Amino acid sequence: MNAPLLHTPPPPTGYDVDRVREDFPILRTRVHGHPLVYLDNAATTQKPQSVIDALVRYYTEENANVHRGVYQLSALATERYEEAREAVRAYLHAQTPNEIVFLRGATEAINLVANSFGKAFVRAGDEIVLTEIEHHSNIVPWQMLCARTGARLRIIPVDEAGEIDLKQAAEMIGPKTRMVAFSHVSNALGTILPVAELTSLAHAQGAAVLIDGAQAASHLAVDVRRLACDFYVCSGHKMYGPTGIGVLYAREQWLEDLPPWQGGGDMIETVHFDKTTYASAPAKFEAGTPNIAGACGLTAALRYLQTLGLSRIAHHEHDLLEYATARMHELKGVRIIGQSTRKAAVLSFVVEGVHPHDVGTLLDQDGIAVRAGHHCAMPTIEHFQVPATVRASFGLYNTREEVNRFIEALARVREMFLT
Amino acid sequence: MNPMLSLYQEIILDHNRHPRNFGHLDPCTHQAQGFNPLCGDKVFLTLKVGDEGDEIREIAFEGTGCAISVASASLMTEALRNLPVEDARRLIEAVHELIVGGTVPALLEEERYARLKALAGVHEFPARVKCATLAWQTLRAALDRKTQEISSDPRS
Repeated sequence: MNAPLLHTPPPPTGYDVDRVREDFPILRTRVHGHPLVYLDNAATTQKPQSVIDALVRYYTEENANVHRGVYQLSALATERYEEAREAVRAYLHAQTPNEIVFLRGATEAINLVANSFGKAFVRAGDEIVLTEIEHHSNIVPWQMLCARTGARLRIIPVDEAGEIDLKQAAEMIGPKTRMVAFSHVSNALGTILPVAELTSLAHAQGAAVLIDGAQAASHLAVDVRRLACDFYVCSGHKMYGPTGIGVLYAREQWLEDLPPWQGGGDMIETVHFDKTTYASAPAKFEAGTPNIAGACGLTAALRYLQTLGLSRIAHHEHDLLEYATARMHELKGVRIIGQSTRKAAVLSFVVEGVHPHDVGTLLDQDGIAVRAGHHCAMPTIEHFQVPATVRASFGLYNTREEVNRFIEALARVREMFLT
Repeated sequence: MNPMLSLYQEIILDHNRHPRNFGHLDPCTHQAQGFNPLCGDKVFLTLKVGDEGDEIREIAFEGTGCAISVASASLMTEALRNLPVEDARRLIEAVHELIVGGTVPALLEEERYARLKALAGVHEFPARVKCATLAWQTLRAALDRKTQEISSDPRS
């Protein structure tokens, strides 16, 4: 056990978490008479004042529809929207802003790829390879594609630590594989997947790669060119930005090759009843008025993350994970689910003799917000043969003091149920 | 009372630790499976109703769930034994009123049902209401759909 870790101060990263917390007004909330301890960051993150201000500013001073009007406001709204695309390009290190498509979230982005890529490239007998620890959003769209086309799913298993079995992956990814889709970070366990290895295996067989970055993009520096993936998806609201805005990155050639998914305004070049021609990407994939305010909020969120520095955020969160893991080991009857040596700041666990929902309700009484359930990853939870888990997931504003409150509350839960 | 203590009363914790009538009846006359997809709670009920179809002779449950759902199912099986089916239906409504409506109906003031009042605390926890009502909704489904024939494995 890492006993010395418990009593040493955090390493001098120059990361002032108290100062950071002041940026998040919701952290001043009290829940059941206690200061809120928000440990459900894998579900959604809280928003800094700069993001809230960006939304208010947009609706107060800049609101108009984009890509339409010749008047000043519309031009301004368009500028803000395209600024967001450039901000995402820079954040993900894409080649050009044209590789960035705005959608409602990571789920919609995966659905777009499953539909458009599926229509163009997937036929009966082809294979789509996933891992056993995917979120439902990276399972169901592929299942639906298989049902439409007669393709079949193959699932790379994980071991007891929650790590991908790369040997099995190498056996499964073969000449019939059209797409290999996997998370960058598992939402239920926190495992950081071997994305470079999986991508190489896929590309060696001529298969495309989609990485679900919903859990990664606010915790790790993401470089889509270094990852060499074909598609990368993420959600604004898990990156301290607003809900309802998400991103599909696709290598430029793909966006030209893929057929559009939804039809409507903004995605066309010319429309006649006998023939319609489509706009080029990314507009081709953005039918209808987009979430302009969300895009403005996302720009603010990415600027916020870049100002704090992703490596410093990752360092801070890793420190919290190590500290919380060590303190969890002090508690009797607590089993951590997912013990990969490479993990993001997610602690999934079960308390012997106490159902996760009861743990969640009892922690809530102490103002501590955690998730209890299957985390939209039923196959992951089934693998570990538990009905559900409790999940504490840490963000850039959490502190060691909050970890202490969480551990103390957890100790009381066991006491109440088992004595 | 502290809402936490009213939710997790000793009787709830006790029925969670030691669920009554846990298992399944084979053969049985009625059965139903209840599932809460939001949280994964499962309950499987088997009943033996008397020949004239008028009285619950035996009832058992199995499944997995939180303390609230297990205790609710366990308390339910205790209350139902030797109860006419029509009374069981009235009891389902009364418990629904207790948990969802937040008021104690007259029926639950009767001595034989008094223990069910321990479920009243759930009303203060909207996120947990479905945990407490799952067993009772499953009972309603079981009573509505009589098992065709006594099967060797009611789950098959």
